[in-house]
Amino acid sequence: MNDEEVVAIIIKELLVIMPNASDIASETNIVRDLSLDSLAVMDLVMALEDYFDISIPLDRIADTETVFQLAGVVQSLQTEVRA
Amino acid sequence: MSILKKFEELRGAYNHVKEAGNDPFSVCFDEILSPTEGVVSGKKTILLGTNNYLGLTFDKQSIETAVSALRENGTGTTGSRIANGSYGWHARLESNLASFYGRDHAMVFTTGYQANLGIIATLAGRDDHLVIDADSHACIYDACKLTPAPVTRFKHNDPNDLRTRLGRIKNNGGNIIVVTEGIFSMLGDKAPLKEIVEVTKEFGAYLIVDEAHSMGVLGKHGRGLAEECGVEDDVDFILGTFSKSLGAIGGFCVSNIADFDLLKVACRPYMFTASLPSSVVASVVTALEKVEKGELLREKLMSNARYLHSKMIAAGFSVGPDVSPVVALRLQSSEMAISFWNALLNEGLYVNLALPPATPANMSLLRCSVSSSHSKIQIDKAVALFTKIGIEFGVIEPELLAQFG
Repeated sequence: MNDEEVVAIIIKELLVIMPNASDIASETNIVRDLSLDSLAVMDLVMALEDYFDISIPLDRIADTETVFQLAGVVQSLQTEVRA
Repeated sequence: MSILKKFEELRGAYNHVKEAGNDPFSVCFDEILSPTEGVVSGKKTILLGTNNYLGLTFDKQSIETAVSALRENGTGTTGSRIANGSYGWHARLESNLASFYGRDHAMVFTTGYQANLGIIATLAGRDDHLVIDADSHACIYDACKLTPAPVTRFKHNDPNDLRTRLGRIKNNGGNIIVVTEGIFSMLGDKAPLKEIVEVTKEFGAYLIVDEAHSMGVLGKHGRGLAEECGVEDDVDFILGTFSKSLGAIGGFCVSNIADFDLLKVACRPYMFTASLPSSVVASVVTALEKVEKGELLREKLMSNARYLHSKMIAAGFSVGPDVSPVVALRLQSSEMAISFWNALLNEGLYVNLALPPATPANMSLLRCSVSSSHSKIQIDKAVALFTKIGIEFGVIEPELLAQFG
């Protein structure tokens, strides 16, 4: 799965949490632009774990801010699982 | 720029809550008259939000032992146990706790928060993996920040989800540690502990259960949910607090694990904080004896819990799934919950206002915690106030009440 596809999945899952959000893009800052609180972010991670069938430890997302950065974490964890 | 500018949003939210009248985060009790009654702004107020499950805060014997320990050992220990040493009361409480739980070891902390923070963060090392219930208390989340171990959450009270998530964890040669709670503090629901034990065993993981709200409350002898579910042998570490059913303050961990004494020189929230004063420890020692023989108190507590829970349902309120001493009413919005809470306090009833993000699934809750010391008259009065205000605010419908009430 390439960057764009992972980004698209994350945006889809974000819209499940906040159906009224508009213009979520690759550069969107998940916490600052969408005002997601820490629990909502963790719930998003849980949904992504289920979608990609991987474990995303919370410390791995500590430094991620944008949708694109989160997609990067998902991809590297997918690679680790396959390795 | 002010160093507190980062809390601008919190300032807005806090002011918003305070604008409705009283400040729910700093209610001042002029007097505490009994485990179930206090005085707020000159008004006698029923206390239905203080986790005083067995009403032991005014237990005569506990007060007497506390007073004599206070006279014998002074007001404080002025330091930590590793630096200033332990007092006889600390050792006695640890020994009594171990035998109460039928375990080899016990360790006393200064608060329940520190017990969770310390034990969870110390047990989970870099190669280990912590797996916690998504609705865990803040102290468990804070432990996750302190540990170098990766952390995964599983869906609240869902053993199958736990299995799925454990299955995804890559083993780095370390241990997996699963954390859950006996009674969850916000909604009063219990963990499906038998099933969680089964899943934990399948993966050879360690299991920690925080029995903060269930110690003294559940199980024939008050040993909590693990006793009630008959799985005590399968829980590796029990954590708990003295600030609820035992009516004082402090926290603890009990376990059968070998080398337990190492925790006392490895666990920083134990090592680098002042220990409990003897007066507090002495009251806990006495209260623990009451808890152990407290079958009648527990029967009264559960009968009060069933009564309050069923009366709230009959009145048309939306309450948590399990009957337990925590009865949480779900309101449509935080504005409604704030106004409702203020109206209750002004009428002489104190409950907890619980708002997101401190609540599961962004719920706005009025959280009641019942005690064995509450009289039926007090509970009836509380339900009547809830009903009156609920109708005034349009939360419940009077027609429904007439039909079923």
